[in-house]
Amino acid sequence: MNIGWLTLLLLLPFVGALATMLVPKAKALLAKQVALGFSLVTLVLTAIIAIGYQRNGAEDYAETHAWIEPFGAHFALGLDGVGVVLVVLTALLTPIVMIASWNDAQDGRWSEKSFFAWILGLEALSLGVFAATDVFLFYVLFEATLIPMYFLIGGFGGAQRSYAAVKFLLYSLLGGLLMLASVVGLYVLSARAGDPSYLLTDLMQLDISQNTERWLFLGFFFAFAVKAPMVPFHTWLPDAAAEATPGTSVLLVGILDKIGTFGMIRFCLSLFPNASEWATPVVLVLALISILYGALVAIGQTDIKRLIAYTSISHFGFIVMGIFALTSQGLTGSTLYMFNHGLSTAALFLVAGYLISRRGSARIVDYGGVEKVAPVLAGTFLFAGLSSLALPGLSPFISEFMVLAGTFSRHKVLAVIAVLGIVLAALYILIMYQRLMTGPVRDGIEKLKDLNAREVLAIAPLVVLIIGLGIFPKPVVDIIKPAVESTMQHVGVTDKAPEIPVTEGQK
Amino acid sequence: MSHELTWLLVAVPAVSAAILLLGGKATNAWGHLLGTLAPLISFAFGLVLFVQMQGQGHEERSETVRLFEWFSVGSIKVDFSLLIDPLSILFVLLITGVGSLIHIYSIGYMEHDPRRRRFFGYLNLFIAAMLLLVLAADYLLVFVGWEGVGLASYLLIGFWQHKDSAAVAAKKAFVVNRVGDIGLSLAVMSMWALFGSSAFVTVDAGAEGLSSTWATLLGLMLLLAACGKSAQVPLQSWLLDAMEGPTPVSALIHAATMVTAGVYLVVRSSAIYEHTEAASTAVVIVGTVTALAGAIIGCAKDDIKKALAGSTMSQIGYMMLAAGLGPAGYAFAIFHLLTHGFFKANMFLGAGSVMHGMNDDVDMRHYGALRTPMKVTFVTFAFGYLAILGIPPFSGFFSKDKIIEAAFADNFVIGLCALLGAGITAFYMTRVMIMTFFGKKRWADDVHPHESPAVMTWPLIILAALSLGGGALYFAGHWIVGWLEPVVGPEEAHHLPVSVLVLTLITLAVVAVGIAVAVLLYRRDIPREAPAGSPVTTFARRDLYGDALNEAVLMRPGQYLTRTLVWLDNRGVDGLVNGLAALFGGLSGRLRRFQTGFVRSYALSMVFGAAFVVVALLAVRLS
Repeated sequence: MNIGWLTLLLLLPFVGALATMLVPKAKALLAKQVALGFSLVTLVLTAIIAIGYQRNGAEDYAETHAWIEPFGAHFALGLDGVGVVLVVLTALLTPIVMIASWNDAQDGRWSEKSFFAWILGLEALSLGVFAATDVFLFYVLFEATLIPMYFLIGGFGGAQRSYAAVKFLLYSLLGGLLMLASVVGLYVLSARAGDPSYLLTDLMQLDISQNTERWLFLGFFFAFAVKAPMVPFHTWLPDAAAEATPGTSVLLVGILDKIGTFGMIRFCLSLFPNASEWATPVVLVLALISILYGALVAIGQTDIKRLIAYTSISHFGFIVMGIFALTSQGLTGSTLYMFNHGLSTAALFLVAGYLISRRGSARIVDYGGVEKVAPVLAGTFLFAGLSSLALPGLSPFISEFMVLAGTFSRHKVLAVIAVLGIVLAALYILIMYQRLMTGPVRDGIEKLKDLNAREVLAIAPLVVLIIGLGIFPKPVVDIIKPAVESTMQHVGVTDKAPEIPVTEGQK
Repeated sequence: MSHELTWLLVAVPAVSAAILLLGGKATNAWGHLLGTLAPLISFAFGLVLFVQMQGQGHEERSETVRLFEWFSVGSIKVDFSLLIDPLSILFVLLITGVGSLIHIYSIGYMEHDPRRRRFFGYLNLFIAAMLLLVLAADYLLVFVGWEGVGLASYLLIGFWQHKDSAAVAAKKAFVVNRVGDIGLSLAVMSMWALFGSSAFVTVDAGAEGLSSTWATLLGLMLLLAACGKSAQVPLQSWLLDAMEGPTPVSALIHAATMVTAGVYLVVRSSAIYEHTEAASTAVVIVGTVTALAGAIIGCAKDDIKKALAGSTMSQIGYMMLAAGLGPAGYAFAIFHLLTHGFFKANMFLGAGSVMHGMNDDVDMRHYGALRTPMKVTFVTFAFGYLAILGIPPFSGFFSKDKIIEAAFADNFVIGLCALLGAGITAFYMTRVMIMTFFGKKRWADDVHPHESPAVMTWPLIILAALSLGGGALYFAGHWIVGWLEPVVGPEEAHHLPVSVLVLTLITLAVVAVGIAVAVLLYRRDIPREAPAGSPVTTFARRDLYGDALNEAVLMRPGQYLTRTLVWLDNRGVDGLVNGLAALFGGLSGRLRRFQTGFVRSYALSMVFGAAFVVVALLAVRLS
């Protein structure tokens, strides 16, 4: 059996996790170094694959191995523009989180090395999720990601971590259960049509009756909506993000939640194009509610980490809105948004984590005047905040604008209301910044240390990418483009033509 | 000669800003020098471009320089491209010229501030963003500069952020501007939907085909954006608070350049406004209302910077009014924008010089008789004063008179308002003049007013000279009208009910009345504490209740809304789910023996569940 590039990519962090666990408990530092080393090698391999993908296209990376033949399940991996972007994001954030969380797992329930091993395990499974081209494989990996995340939340974090971890697990399992029903349903349809196959390419050919398609769609969509998370299935996220370590929150919101929005594109739109169009009005309204509701509730938060979690609920609203606007700007924007949101939220969570670890409190009222004693910390926090509120010139702006413009071309009223989100974003970020960082220096803040070299090292790549992709987003946009075009074609929608076309001659 | 290197204009201050902000303490010693050099280089380069353009024909003067493709999505392509043309080059010269003078002045003004390097970093960031704003050849790229200057403004208003008031003012400025940005966002989205592009060339060409509804909507969206950035009613409230920033910032950003960006946007979008009477009228009304509102606020302020800020609002109102008049007013809007840039920067820096000598006191009631200890500041301030009043031959005489003239030609009521505004301007500026420089000294014994160092007075002298001579842009053969013609079209001939000379004399008479009233009222002793005023005074002191209105209509309800939602989210949405969980918890009490609380037992049940799935699949398969 020949092992393909993507299998190798999945195996690498998995082997890394085992290797990390094999290091004796006394040598925690070595274990962490092993884990970081594996995540860096994975990043290099990902870069090679991404460059190869850009040069030669997807063919080199598609691989299909027989797995459970009676079900038609394959171990099938492959890449498209959307998948590549999320694979890169996963491989990028993992080492960053490790460097930033270097000392965060010291007083967890389990050993320090297990924290790093679970991170690698999560990386392996997430990479698999984004590369799976077989629905059954996807489902298995999708559910399997819960295991490392459960242990990361429940083992390392705040006082209420067990409650948060169980809540996370129950919500996700409930979503997964409904998806399972749909997965079984797909099998039935596929078996009826001939030899059963869970390959995405085969399932896309299925002829599904209208009602069945809608039911199956709902099963998938519900699981993804819980994962993404959309209002009203969102309450697990603030608890999980507030109790987990900042690094875990980054993995949770930056990578794991993206599986939801990724799934909407890869599975809902591809497998159930008609049902997706049918559900559009309801989904768009839910997305709009998520945008505004998430932002408004964020403004009223008193806990830094909960606040950031709610901003993400608002951001996920934008992503879902762009997907279901069914325009090339919306879909491209949403895919790009997933990537940029990963960068900006990672920066925000990590810097917030640095701050919280220094003061030992996540309550906003315990802070004030940090800018005066730790200007670099405050500066990076403001930068991360500005990227979260999508300041033009930084990378999230382009994706957010594409989402809004893509929605506007089809649903003017929705887009006009959604634009209010940009004012609310300015409010939640700047109010938080004002309370934490400005004003007279509070008691307990005077001796706050500024960022050290390790902490800067973890944030620096994020800053560089946020600025770099703000000025020159073309490489990423070009990778996404073909995938969006083929998705649009498959769903059978086209962009609206300009109402007043201007020909070259007129210019 | 092409303008391929135009990007350097923006890049030089941007790189300097990056060095100063990332360089840390290592750049403390020379940071302010590098920071001052950067806009000077851009200015010199802008001057070269300007001189070159003199030798070119109308067509060659406009050139779009495409740097690279920003991104393309679907059929929409956005280039990172710059437009150098007669309009943008004037802005380049204003921004870098006045900007350089203010940088030089700041070397002295901020000398004792431990964070001076950072201050220059922010100023450079502002210059770069502002240049991008006026040079961008695509509305989406304008947006980058637009919010870039907003960011710089935020950072600089809040520069002394250890003061709560500064931090709050900075946040307010950004948020109110974001409300305006809704307009710009929607405008660009509409352009994408209508023309499939937001490049100036395409929008200008496509504007012909706009339905009147779309033209009006686009015009109103752009006006909303302009209101935010240029502090026009109803988004004016942030500007007065913005005076929390160091005074050079008020001079550069909140008087001479950034706040005029709204006027730039309207003039740049002339192709759209040409097709909409309604939106153009809205621009005129907003401008007129703000011109009067700002002037009234200016009358009641004892804080010298806030009096000048009210004045800035008012003067930008004049520019908006002119821009709303269409081809009859575009050139004069820009002309007044330039002269205002000179004389208002002059007066703000003068106010800074006064504060410098008065231990940073801003209350004019504590000033008085400063003309003796601060001769240079006094004389240069007086030049600015004469210019804003429109006394010939000072620059404001030419620029403001042309606007009043165009307003009368368009509509008698608007003209009358503009004329009235000139009278009020004369009143409040004379008041500022008397309270600061004339009368008896009212300062405390421990204050020792003194003239500022040369590094601060020289910029004042140059700006005073420009306040005097800026009118040459027009009276030298109507130069500015001809210069801008390729961009905004030819000036429209207009008909006045009376001759231009008569109107000029009437205007001067109204101005004289304003001066006389102020002299009569403020001739006598001025108390050090402000007396309780009439309801009208209170109305003006409270910024015409703009803040009270915002608070009652937006802030309070907004706070209630967020509080309610947070409560609902904790009790309602989450409570419902937890309630369900409790219900199941009750049921499962009987199944407690299965509930060991160990993850491994949950894992075991998951395995059973998975096995069940496998069996189910096989069953379906086998049946």
